[in-house]
Amino acid sequence: MRLLNETVRAHMSARERALRGPGLAIQSVPQSSNHALHAASPASVTAPPLSALGLACERGSRRLFSDLAFELHAGEMLWVRGRNGRGKTSLLRLVAGLGSAARGQLLFDGAARPAQRRVVYIGHANALKEDASVLESLAFLLRIHGGRDDAAALSAALAHWGLLAQQHALVRTLSQGQRRRVALARLVVERQPALWALDEPFDALDANGIDCLNDLLGAHLQRGGSVLITGHQAVLAAGLPRRELDLDDCAA
Amino acid sequence: MRALFVALFMRDLRLTLRRPGEALLPIGFFIVAVALFPLGIGPEPQTLRTIAPGLMWVCALLATMLSVSQLYAADHADGTLDQLMLGGQSALVVAAARSAAHWVLTGLPLVIAAPLFGAMFGLAPASIAMLALTLLLGTPILSLLGSVGAALTLGLRSAGVLVILIVLPLTVPALIFGTGAVAAVEGGQSAAAHCSLLGALLIFSVLTAPLASAAALRLAVE
Repeated sequence: MRLLNETVRAHMSARERALRGPGLAIQSVPQSSNHALHAASPASVTAPPLSALGLACERGSRRLFSDLAFELHAGEMLWVRGRNGRGKTSLLRLVAGLGSAARGQLLFDGAARPAQRRVVYIGHANALKEDASVLESLAFLLRIHGGRDDAAALSAALAHWGLLAQQHALVRTLSQGQRRRVALARLVVERQPALWALDEPFDALDANGIDCLNDLLGAHLQRGGSVLITGHQAVLAAGLPRRELDLDDCAA
Repeated sequence: MRALFVALFMRDLRLTLRRPGEALLPIGFFIVAVALFPLGIGPEPQTLRTIAPGLMWVCALLATMLSVSQLYAADHADGTLDQLMLGGQSALVVAAARSAAHWVLTGLPLVIAAPLFGAMFGLAPASIAMLALTLLLGTPILSLLGSVGAALTLGLRSAGVLVILIVLPLTVPALIFGTGAVAAVEGGQSAAAHCSLLGALLIFSVLTAPLASAAALRLAVE
């Protein structure tokens, strides 16, 4: 029985327990009974920012995972784990809206992708241009997402990541770790309790960079944001509340 | 939407100015290719005058294709395209902004360089003016169609050649009406019909090509 795959079930709602009943396929649960189950559970009256129902993902002709179901609540971090090639990045891209699921669906605040729900996705690639300066790169990334890109916001973001001295340096002169810092600097300006989908954000960061990111994650969870994250667990600060989602459990 | 268009367009201009050498490659190709023809064909003025409009149109076509095949490749490889597409509805803006920037950086220099070569081939001033006008109407069509080809072949290994094979047949009408207009002026006739048709082609491309590019881009990021 692998309908629900969360290995740590500390936050399991009454609804989830109900869904684990024998023979009940999650993807066939109609919308109405879904809501009825919600109403029955006082802990989850409002729909979670993100929930997956019977999600399956294919890459080419290969099925990566299937029957994946989880809920991500406000103020919660879900750590996605699994072997290489298990579909961690694919799952995050699905959540970000870059791709479509082979089966099943993703619900944002209980609805299928409402327009106002913004997912902050930072992928494995840093989305930086070699010939642009640090300041220009950050301003561009903020601008294309409609965020604040005034001087105060920019210098606050760069200061958090210790990049003020390099703000006029071209990206091609930066190290891998510094590039990662520039890509992640956007998160300082994001003050909405939105959903963050971060793919291996700790990659190439040094100890100080890891602390910087953990601070941001902590603040985001504090204000009721939710985080979907991949990467090594060892670097996630121990104080941050998290659940695990093991994709190996639902390998197709 | 407008902010995204301006941000992308300005970024393209700024990044290109940082590497002016790369931006000059298409126009360099155009100059070399056009200059080679008199050497190969011979210095007969009447022959050169006859072939000049078609020659310059074909060279402009090839110069545009050379640069357009990489229109989205860099953004795709470094993850920028993913970030741009996150908005969901922004693929259209991305396609429009990239095509516009490509025209300003490649098409516009060709429009400016063509009259110089018209004089070199001994075209009459009226023909040179018409050549510049047809290129002004025609090169945006080439950038727009090229953007569709670049988006369709995004991530493929032999994208460069494939773009040319896909897009060149689509540019045949623009080539016919563009060179036809100059030939009409040379023959002492009115070029109004050719120019109108070229203008109609431009409007049609402006309305449809970004939509097609956007659809192809959405497929490419999946």
